[in-house]
Amino acid sequence: MLIKRSDGRAAKQRLASAYQGLSSGGMDRRGFLKQAGVGAAGLAAMSTLAPRMAQASGAATGVINHQIPVQRIKNICTHCSVGCTVTAEVQNGVWVGQEPTWESPINRGTHCAKGASVRELVHGDRRIKFPMKLVGGQWQRITWDVAMAEIAEKLMQVRQASGPDSVFWLGSAKFSNEGAYLYRKLAAMWGTNNVDHQARICHSTTVAGVANTWGYGAMTNSYNDIRNSKTMIIMGGNPAEAHPVSLQHILVGKEQNRAHLIVVDPRYTRTAAHATEYVRLRPGTDIPLVWGMLHHIFANNWEDREFIRQRVYGMEEIRAEVAKWTPAEVERVTGVPEAQVKGMAQKFATEKPATLIWCMGITQKTVGTANVRALSILLLATGNVGVEGTGANIFRGHCNVQGATDFGLDVTTLPGYYGLDENAWRHWSRVWDVSYESMVARFDNPAIMATPGIPTTRYFDAVTLPKSEVQQRDNLKAMMVFGHGANTVTRMPEAVKGLEALELLVVADPHPTTFAVLANRREGTYLLPIATQFECDGSRTSSNRSIQWGARVVAPIFESRTDYKVMHDLTAALDRAATRRSMTVRFHEAMWKKIEIRNGEPVAESVLREINLGSLSTGYSGVSPERLKLHMEHQDKFDLVTLRATPDAPDSIKGDFYGLPWPCWGTPEMRHPGTHILYNTNLHVKEGGGTFRARFGVERNGQTLLAEGSYSKGSEIQDGYPEFTVAVLRRLGWFDELTAAEKAQIERQGGAASWATDLSAGIIRVAMEHGCVPYGNAKARAVAWNLPDPVPVHREPIYTARPDLIAQYPTLPDRRGFRLPHLGVSVQNRSAGLVRDFPIILTSGRLVEYEGGGEETRSNKWLAELQQDMFVEINPRDAAARNIRDGAWVWVRGPENNSRARVKALVTERVGQGVAFMPFHFAGWFQGVDQRSKYPAGTDPIVLGESVNAVTGYGYDPVTFMQEAKVGLCQIAAA
Amino acid sequence: MARMKFLCDADRCIECNACVTACKNEHEVPWGINRRRVVTINDGKPGERSISMACMHCTDAPCAAVCPVSCFYTTADAVVLHDKDLCIGCGYCFYACPFGAPQYPRVGNFGGRGKMDKCTYCAGGPQQDNTLVEYTQYGSNRLAEGKLPLCAEMCSTKALLAGDGDMIATIYRERVAKRGYGSGAWGWRTAYREGVGA
Repeated sequence: MLIKRSDGRAAKQRLASAYQGLSSGGMDRRGFLKQAGVGAAGLAAMSTLAPRMAQASGAATGVINHQIPVQRIKNICTHCSVGCTVTAEVQNGVWVGQEPTWESPINRGTHCAKGASVRELVHGDRRIKFPMKLVGGQWQRITWDVAMAEIAEKLMQVRQASGPDSVFWLGSAKFSNEGAYLYRKLAAMWGTNNVDHQARICHSTTVAGVANTWGYGAMTNSYNDIRNSKTMIIMGGNPAEAHPVSLQHILVGKEQNRAHLIVVDPRYTRTAAHATEYVRLRPGTDIPLVWGMLHHIFANNWEDREFIRQRVYGMEEIRAEVAKWTPAEVERVTGVPEAQVKGMAQKFATEKPATLIWCMGITQKTVGTANVRALSILLLATGNVGVEGTGANIFRGHCNVQGATDFGLDVTTLPGYYGLDENAWRHWSRVWDVSYESMVARFDNPAIMATPGIPTTRYFDAVTLPKSEVQQRDNLKAMMVFGHGANTVTRMPEAVKGLEALELLVVADPHPTTFAVLANRREGTYLLPIATQFECDGSRTSSNRSIQWGARVVAPIFESRTDYKVMHDLTAALDRAATRRSMTVRFHEAMWKKIEIRNGEPVAESVLREINLGSLSTGYSGVSPERLKLHMEHQDKFDLVTLRATPDAPDSIKGDFYGLPWPCWGTPEMRHPGTHILYNTNLHVKEGGGTFRARFGVERNGQTLLAEGSYSKGSEIQDGYPEFTVAVLRRLGWFDELTAAEKAQIERQGGAASWATDLSAGIIRVAMEHGCVPYGNAKARAVAWNLPDPVPVHREPIYTARPDLIAQYPTLPDRRGFRLPHLGVSVQNRSAGLVRDFPIILTSGRLVEYEGGGEETRSNKWLAELQQDMFVEINPRDAAARNIRDGAWVWVRGPENNSRARVKALVTERVGQGVAFMPFHFAGWFQGVDQRSKYPAGTDPIVLGESVNAVTGYGYDPVTFMQEAKVGLCQIAAA
Repeated sequence: MARMKFLCDADRCIECNACVTACKNEHEVPWGINRRRVVTINDGKPGERSISMACMHCTDAPCAAVCPVSCFYTTADAVVLHDKDLCIGCGYCFYACPFGAPQYPRVGNFGGRGKMDKCTYCAGGPQQDNTLVEYTQYGSNRLAEGKLPLCAEMCSTKALLAGDGDMIATIYRERVAKRGYGSGAWGWRTAYREGVGA
């Protein structure tokens, strides 16, 4: 059918070759910047690129040479968490083309604007090309050896003077799993818990909220499974822009099931444009809306009583709180009329299966954890958990934010959510084959070893607050930033002061990022060129917990190095610096003891095997590199909806779920298929079934916390049961089913192991043999007594436009947390007086073209062309009242620090009256000043703009110190 | 012989711009030239709809009818292509085109615009297939490799369909029957003198 046209040609086409060079319609790479008009720095960057490509491919255009074979390599898109497979075409080590990956069950060949242009990332026009440091405010090229030696020397100096906690290790959701794990291990070896990453500012409250409800901090179902839903509510999320490929599954579900797609958002988003119903609420009133829904559900007996009886603890206390939220009160607080709330409630409770999808509109709040808990309770009350088409479908942010969270790039835990207590440290010490005592010796003191560190939302406070206010030996003095932007954290004016006060700032990233240019630093700042994941082997975990192996597409470009290698070289340099300073601490040997190093570079597969050994708790133990590679090889053998390997799949993957979504129990040899849907009692545990996790004890106030009469298919214990330990096995008489080798391992560990710490995985094996889930079978908690609000209650945003509601719904009192003071009511009480001068609610969100802080995507010319200006969306009525015209420059002013941002106005009804929206991907302008000249030559992103966080204010979730980025106050005026 | 067409299902298009960057990336289209773009109507209001637009490769293409140097030609697959070595950049085709497809590297009148550029349906141009000269002038030639236009292949929600006109019309009709609504294949009557069928 696809026959090349051979007739019907225009006349004289043979002249073409003669005039070829004169054609002005050509599209050579160098042409584009002439039109872009972005100045000399940009052109300089381009010229460094051209020879490289010419030399490698024999063509100045980077075009495929059809005369020589093309190598096809599969990796995973490095932008959002959907996990689209990218098929790269490579010739002579140059990425020359990108083809659709039809066989991937997740994206089926498709991409969004970002995924369709990832090739640009490794052409690297504007990447950091070699290590640099600031000398007298000027960027100077240095070698890797010099960089490593100087950084290590300074780190050891800080350690000697102020202790290990004065170094802040900021990691990345863009690491591979292996990179994330190594970074956490590196921080542990350094002797601090001050290690964090982007999950803090995207879904930390989700993780805390859902883990405290039913066991694991992750999406319960999958993108694909949404195809089964009959009712979908998307609350505080705009996946059409943030996770575009997920819409493929959502829209097909909507179409084929004639499903309800209800979008709840203060802003009429691109997702809302495809909804069957759009609900506009006042920002920051999610809990009242959910309680309002439950009010109707309880009043009409729409709840799932049997589910609640068997599998939920504490629903009565929820009823008491919900009773207060009469339809009138709900409308007064949220602005949503009764009929709409009732309609939503009815659909969600009765037209099942129903799923809740949420994103940062829920999580980035001072009540983020409580919001998440309320949504989880809504799912529990309606029995919408643990079945196909239901669940908490939490769309996470970056490509590997789930994996990085799982590997403990977090101030509160070691890899695998083991926490920071002695048991956790002993477990990981065993995995790392080092003594627990040697780990204690690395820390300032044993107490601080078990104390959560300083979160990334507050690093600058830990630099600038008086020493007495920071509960560690000294303030932060040095910061290691891997793969992170500075403009995604609120209160940027104060971040500037913090960055300026640091003695050492190291930015290791493909791009300089805002960290490199935001502050007026003149010395002690290093830029290290890091390879993207396309230049690196490793696995990444997408939002649905599927783990996918990405193979290196091309070698690291310019002088870039992989995260693995930089960490490897850094520990060696630290040892040398320690020797010079006669300090006894050493890092290199302990860090790399069990990891294979090839050509000076840690081998990703070998790192994953160490992860397999230790991450029993999340079931990363069965996910061997070999199994993951088989899945990538046979992607076409997985069902689109169930994600299960089809009957014609080879034996090596038969029965598996795609990407072995964790938990994938036991050792790889046990061949657990992974768990597509969490807490699904309709499947045998060996087939991916599960129950709610027993992690909060067995009884409370005389009521059992274990499930009653509910159990996963095939379970020999047909009721609730606690998590499995040696003691439980003995009590059940199953202990002797452990093999001699397994018993010997448990004996070596002291004989009192649990399923999560038994390195032989024998306890898990025996439990599963009896059809039991290793972590136990409990009720989900509607009441989480360990949280500041055991039952979620409405609390007005810290900066609220409704001061009349503060007295009734105040925020939490001032308190302390994460080594720092945490202000609540004292800030909120200010806002009562501010609302006259700052009457507009400011909220923020994503654009489809950009990702996160945006340095990488704003440096990509294909994407940059599509969004060239930072803007603020403002309602036509607000604009008219301020004499603001569409497209005109305006000043947006925030309530703190006299902050302001100069952006363009986008006058639109997308936002309601009194609400303004700004995207958060922009940086490079600050308080009206263009900072382009502060970037090292040739590394400035094509598009710069003001950051929304230049004008956002104070406000933190009490459980995770998540920032309040979604509800603030501002004033807008024509510039 | 198959008749190639584009069809954009506006009830699926989410304005993610994958088609735009896929096109740019595949053909190295310079900044400022948009062979494909996404147009949104009722932006920010109920009834908001987006649609991905490019050259529709019309039957009896109006661009060809007005071209003073006859640089347009229609391939056996009914793809409308043009010869940049003949094009004088007059801009007539831009005025004739109902879809705003023709693009010019410069702003100006009377030939000052430079050679016209537009969507080739990933079918290259009159040069030898898949040669550097063809790529430099027209971009890659996927059709000659047995592949379809990349914009449609990479569409995130499978809103944009490309391929044999009858086949994509069938896909669309089945979709509409299944879900019970459809705003029609926008542009089909204008481009192909026929609707998408009942």
